[in-house]
Amino acid sequence: MTYVPHTAHEREAMLARVGVPDVGSLFSVVPENVRYPQLDLPDPLTEAELMAELRTMAEANADLHHAPCFVGAGAYHRFVPSVVGHMIGRSEFLTAYTPYQPEISQGTLQAIFEYQSMICELTGMEVSNASHYDGATSTAEAVIMAHSATRGRRTKVVLAPGVHPEYRQVVRTYLQGAQFEIVGDERYPDGGPQAQLDALLDLVDDRTACLVLQSPAFTGEILDLTGVAERVQAHGALLVLVCDPISLGMLRTPGAWGADIAVGDGGSLGSPLSYGGPSLGFFACRQADVRRMAGRLVGRAVDADGQRGYVLTLSTREQHIRREKASSNICSNQGLNALAAAVYLAALGQHGLRALSHLVYHRAHHAAAQIDALQGYALASQGPFFQEFVVQCPAPAAAINQRLWDDHGIIGGYDLGRLTPAWERRLLFCVTEMNPVSQIDALVAALQEVAS
Amino acid sequence: MSTVPKNLRYAKSHEWAQVEGQEATIGISDYAQHELTDVVYVELPEVGDVVRQGESFAIVESVKAASDVLAPVNGTVTAVNEALIDTPELVNESPYGDGWFIRVELSDEDAAAGLMDAAAYAAYLETLA
Repeated sequence: MTYVPHTAHEREAMLARVGVPDVGSLFSVVPENVRYPQLDLPDPLTEAELMAELRTMAEANADLHHAPCFVGAGAYHRFVPSVVGHMIGRSEFLTAYTPYQPEISQGTLQAIFEYQSMICELTGMEVSNASHYDGATSTAEAVIMAHSATRGRRTKVVLAPGVHPEYRQVVRTYLQGAQFEIVGDERYPDGGPQAQLDALLDLVDDRTACLVLQSPAFTGEILDLTGVAERVQAHGALLVLVCDPISLGMLRTPGAWGADIAVGDGGSLGSPLSYGGPSLGFFACRQADVRRMAGRLVGRAVDADGQRGYVLTLSTREQHIRREKASSNICSNQGLNALAAAVYLAALGQHGLRALSHLVYHRAHHAAAQIDALQGYALASQGPFFQEFVVQCPAPAAAINQRLWDDHGIIGGYDLGRLTPAWERRLLFCVTEMNPVSQIDALVAALQEVAS
Repeated sequence: MSTVPKNLRYAKSHEWAQVEGQEATIGISDYAQHELTDVVYVELPEVGDVVRQGESFAIVESVKAASDVLAPVNGTVTAVNEALIDTPELVNESPYGDGWFIRVELSDEDAAAGLMDAAAYAAYLETLA
């Protein structure tokens, strides 16, 4: 079987046209000794043999179907209902990938519109774009938009230490070269994310474009943001809130807190972990700022016959016409992941999402209480938390994790010593709906044994 | 045929200025609004902003295009037409009246130098026809 579609006749015609005698002479610039190297390959296998060999190799990896996992830190092991895979695999969505031609892409456009509508409901914001790459790039775009919304004159950005460390790195990467002053996250002060709020708010002044907060914070704590938006906006700055979409099933929305921009990682909404991606970043803001929002935006309109239709809208604001003035060069979106998010949210529905968030909250608190009761371990979260909590350990976190894996086959928590040496003995545990109580019991027993 | 009021002065980029003493009112010409077609959004500067002749001070977005609006004079913004935020169509309906953009305090005597009078602008429009 050949994978080359051209016939011998077609090849002859092409060679004659470019004036070379045979295919080999096309490669004459490649030195002869490397042109056709002898490859030491094993003999070919049948398909059945090949599948067996690949399966053996795949099964040599640890995977989340078999190993209990208690690490989150921005990427969460969640249940994806099978309807998500079925829907996003439909050929209608695959072939209508690019939504620039509304006359042939209504399916994709409507799916994005539905996604945007759901993100607005979830975040309590007025408009959502069609998504960014991930939570980190959404956060960076939010900072750039805040700069633009303050007429490009404000170059100070206050970044909370509670924002995901990788998001903060990406913000710095996006802003490098521009004259921005990024402050607020130089240290991880004692007292936790809630206690830091006042000091961060004191940094917000009349030169500040935005304050970026995350709730639940990277270390899991839920922030009480009463009065925060007012204090930020009194300086003419914007409040950017990084949030977890599943937590919004039970927590107050960024819109209700008065945030100007709500962003976050939408991987939890129907995308598998898959070595860390691909994910999607959601991005929502106020109607008044819609022209400054990066990325695609799908709107609902009527066609020439008065029928409902969907179309990319407000594109004059950005990449197509005033490109040199655009605040972002993003003109794509994570179409397939956004579709998965829309299907996921539709499948769960309002009640399902609320039930899921409560389930996760109670499981995480059950686990935290059990671990806190262990000799040598102490819950070190500083305030109420959602699905992730900090545990002070009797030994370095890295050593605990190693023994959890080696002796018990359990993937432990996130080693907070990676952020600051002072937290060398702290683990950030995450509990989701994929950790049944039996796994939590196994983790607690394992931690006890590791400590003794 | 576009209207070109006699009492105004014009820039080649189709903005007008009505200079009165040390103040000037600024907008875009009838020709400009006609070329843009229906205006759907105007982004204005803030009072206190400094504008410089030939540099962008506002953005006007129509169903056809989004364009920078260039300042015809040098000065400091003393008022902006906030009615344009909710009713941008005023730019189409009354480009020389209710559709004005900003008022500025001129920075010096030459702040409005180089602008055309109505006759010169009308002649310039002829060359674009």
